Amino acid sequence: MSYLPSQLRDLTPTDPNRRQGLLATFHIDLPLLAGLLLLCGFGLIVLYSASGENLQQVQGQAVRLLIAFVAMLGVAQLSPATLRRWSPWLYLVGLLLLIAVLVFGEIGKGAQRWLDLGLLRFQPSEMVKLAVPLMIAWYLAEKRLPPSAGRLAIAALMITVPVLLIAKQPDLGTALLVASAGIFVLFLAGISWRLIAGLVVAGAAAAPAVWYLMRDYQRQRVLTFLDPEKDPLGAGYHIIQSKIAIGSGGMYGKGWLNGTQSRLDFLPERHTDFIFAVLSEEFGLIGVMILLALYLSIIMRGLYIATRAQDTFTRLLSGALTLVFFVYLLVNTGMVVGLMPVVGVPLPLVSYGGTSLVTLMAGFGILMSIHTHRRLLPT
Amino acid sequence: MQLKDTIRESQAFLTRAIVAGMLVLAAVSVLIWRMVQLQVVDHQHFTTLSRENRVKVVPLPPTRGLIYDRNGVLLARNRPAYSLEITPEQVPDLERTVAELAQVIAIDEEDLERFWQLKKRKRRFDSVPIRVNLSQDETAQFAVHRHRFPGVDIKAQLLRHYPHDIKTNHVLGYVGRISQRDVEQIDSSNYSGTSHIGKNGVEKTYESALHGVVGLEQIEVNAAGRRVRTLAQTPPEPGVDAHLHLDIGLQEVALRALAGNNGAIVAINPKNGGVLAFVSQPGFNPNLFVEGISTKDYKALQADDNRPLYNRALRGQYPPGSTVKPFVGLAGLELGVISYDSSTYCPGFFRLPGNTHRYRDWKKAGHGPMVLDSAIVQSCDVFFYRLSYELGVNRMNSFLSQFGFGGRTGIDLTGESTGLLPSRNWKRRARQQPWYPGETLIMGIGQGYFLTTPLQLAAATAAIANRGIFFTPHVVDHLRSRATGEITPIPPNARQVPILREQNWTDVRAGMQHVIEHPRGTAKRIASEHFSIAGKTGTAQVFTVAQDEEYDEETLAKKLRDHALFIAYAPADDPQIAIAVVVENGGHGGAVAAPIARQIIDAYLLPPPVQEQPVPDEPT
Repeated sequence: MSYLPSQLRDLTPTDPNRRQGLLATFHIDLPLLAGLLLLCGFGLIVLYSASGENLQQVQGQAVRLLIAFVAMLGVAQLSPATLRRWSPWLYLVGLLLLIAVLVFGEIGKGAQRWLDLGLLRFQPSEMVKLAVPLMIAWYLAEKRLPPSAGRLAIAALMITVPVLLIAKQPDLGTALLVASAGIFVLFLAGISWRLIAGLVVAGAAAAPAVWYLMRDYQRQRVLTFLDPEKDPLGAGYHIIQSKIAIGSGGMYGKGWLNGTQSRLDFLPERHTDFIFAVLSEEFGLIGVMILLALYLSIIMRGLYIATRAQDTFTRLLSGALTLVFFVYLLVNTGMVVGLMPVVGVPLPLVSYGGTSLVTLMAGFGILMSIHTHRRLLPT
Repeated sequence: MQLKDTIRESQAFLTRAIVAGMLVLAAVSVLIWRMVQLQVVDHQHFTTLSRENRVKVVPLPPTRGLIYDRNGVLLARNRPAYSLEITPEQVPDLERTVAELAQVIAIDEEDLERFWQLKKRKRRFDSVPIRVNLSQDETAQFAVHRHRFPGVDIKAQLLRHYPHDIKTNHVLGYVGRISQRDVEQIDSSNYSGTSHIGKNGVEKTYESALHGVVGLEQIEVNAAGRRVRTLAQTPPEPGVDAHLHLDIGLQEVALRALAGNNGAIVAINPKNGGVLAFVSQPGFNPNLFVEGISTKDYKALQADDNRPLYNRALRGQYPPGSTVKPFVGLAGLELGVISYDSSTYCPGFFRLPGNTHRYRDWKKAGHGPMVLDSAIVQSCDVFFYRLSYELGVNRMNSFLSQFGFGGRTGIDLTGESTGLLPSRNWKRRARQQPWYPGETLIMGIGQGYFLTTPLQLAAATAAIANRGIFFTPHVVDHLRSRATGEITPIPPNARQVPILREQNWTDVRAGMQHVIEHPRGTAKRIASEHFSIAGKTGTAQVFTVAQDEEYDEETLAKKLRDHALFIAYAPADDPQIAIAVVVENGGHGGAVAAPIARQIIDAYLLPPPVQEQPVPDEPT
């Protein structure tokens, strides 16, 4: 590689100044990996308490995390160019599967989300979470940015169709995440501020229409969010108990395994959607700050990777994936602390359950791939 | 161009990425602000709510005080009772489990009905009894099959038990499940852990002492309300024991003496008003009510013609008949209407001046010349017709009321009847009729409107025996705390009947003694060589015989036969026991009621019969 011009040398993965060895060989970004590992470790500690010291559950979650990390490493080996080539196909397959779910899907908890593939059950909306940002980034990167009005309209349609299909299942949480993934790509692609302002105003104006389209239980959630005390034993119970758990945790918390709200079952869904309340109760504000610091380190690393990305596709993609991860955090914590209505979004990488883990980690795999597969570029 | 665009795009992206990063930080700041609000500012508020969530206060019911007789014989105890209980939460198919259970242990319709009803009222993790009062055999039988029935278990609790069941029910009363009406009358916090309450008798009167004070336990519960651990405890204060004046041995003698008859016996210690025996026959088994009496059993008790639920000693109202004569005679002496040797001739009937109606004596041929002593001894009606006529209803009423007639004695049992001591005012008020002179006559021999309870008769007799000191009858002698040994006596409550002339009392008491000891006395058959008895027989008409008809005992149905009464005290010179006996439809007081009283007096005053010892063979 000695024939390379010296000014490009620092961009090559094999540059002797850069970190060598296993990490580079396996396309691993160490800061990102460290943040993820610390977060997952902290998550398992909280889960042990939230599950009522159920070691089996913790082990199960650890195995799922392991699988997700393997998936991440697997994705990291794919070059961004490969991902780019696959984008439209992934998107098409995703759409078809979403339609298949509506036609043949399994019904669980009142919603139709699953496809039974014999050996394993598969939730196509998870795949779409990645397929949509890939597709929009692919589509917008074809032409110059900012995109023209026509291309913007087509991109908007590409987002809307899968979002509506998912919302119909109904799975409001995932629909929200998929929509935000697409919208983040548009935002990062530089659509005009005037358009953004217009969309916000239009969105506010459309609120009554959305209310009309919502199902009864969804309306109930919004009403409960606005006034949880109205029905303290029914719909408002979750949020009231969650606030009690958090508030009674105080600055230093009640201590690990000592959270009365969670351990005496007052806190519902405590090892899944409401695990943040368990953490707040047992580790207090200090624990919350540590958790938020871990999340922020991952998000900021993601945004840094995006700014260092070498082309429009990878930039848009990595930025959008990072911001979607943040949306997970925001929607979940917002719900648990009573700042947002109840939407079934887990606390990413901490909540018990495996459905979103692989998708999330695959997303980080893409980030690592983008950051470690670097082409030589003239400056 | 391409390159320039790339750089411009890259810079535009950087701007957007920075904006996004700022938005992320802004959102996280809002989140942190919210966390500070919840965890620091409102921390105290949420700590309180969290505590209220998990800490519950559970009552610890006190153990009920026991009841003993005067000799320390246990009359009411708490026995461990075993019931078969199902926790619905732990049973997957309740219907099937119940059906299978019925094959192992007898479960009848009534058990099932109660089970399904109780189940509705309880939470899923509360156990619901399906069979109560298991026998030892049944407990063992279930233990063998227990592995087949998860969620089904045998529970032990303390249940009231009256070892002398039917012998004591009318004085001890019984405890039963707390009813809606009870709830309105009790301090519900003190009863929060208690299932039973005194319904009757001593159990009711001394309820607050016997019950004790509830203890409290602070426990930590989970969201389902199930106990996790105990945080703090205030132990309950057990109820105090009640020690009665009642002598269970004497009570048994009284019951045996009355056996086969309906009636009542009340024996009182004239020195302090303590109730020594208190019998109302027939009785019932109070233990049935503790366990929750079945509808069938209760209906049977209610439908019984002999009315076993009716407390005759306390509530039965009988005409006193001739037993009232010593009191009327005393009124005549004290009010100066007659003197000890005032004589009246008895031709077998009495006529009011200016009236042809004949008020008949029980002895058709008449008693001849009578003075007070002989009139009491032979129970001459004509003597007392005349005396009553001369006393008049007003004076007779006010004198007799001093002995407690016509009012509650104030005994420590609830539900006492007042009896009826008639007066002009009473008749005008109750019957809207004037008082007729003839009614004064029959009142003087304890008939007509005049009604007394056996308890009133006993208390009045005790007052005669005690020379005018009227003690309020009392069943309970003292209360004793088992924990501290502290004794709370129930003080005797006495009042003095005014005495104008001591000799009048001596004369009447002598007359009563002659009833037994005089050869013509109506109760001469009960005379004892060991001590002297003073008494008076009475025969109360149930059925009114027309003016020109004969009362023929043989032809009258048993229900229409006269009540046999007897009042007595003994020994006559230093009375230890005063007694009233009423035998419903028994016939003559002297023949039926007096021998019953004698048995009780003997049992109380004589030393217990010595058991014959086998004499060891002399060595040859």
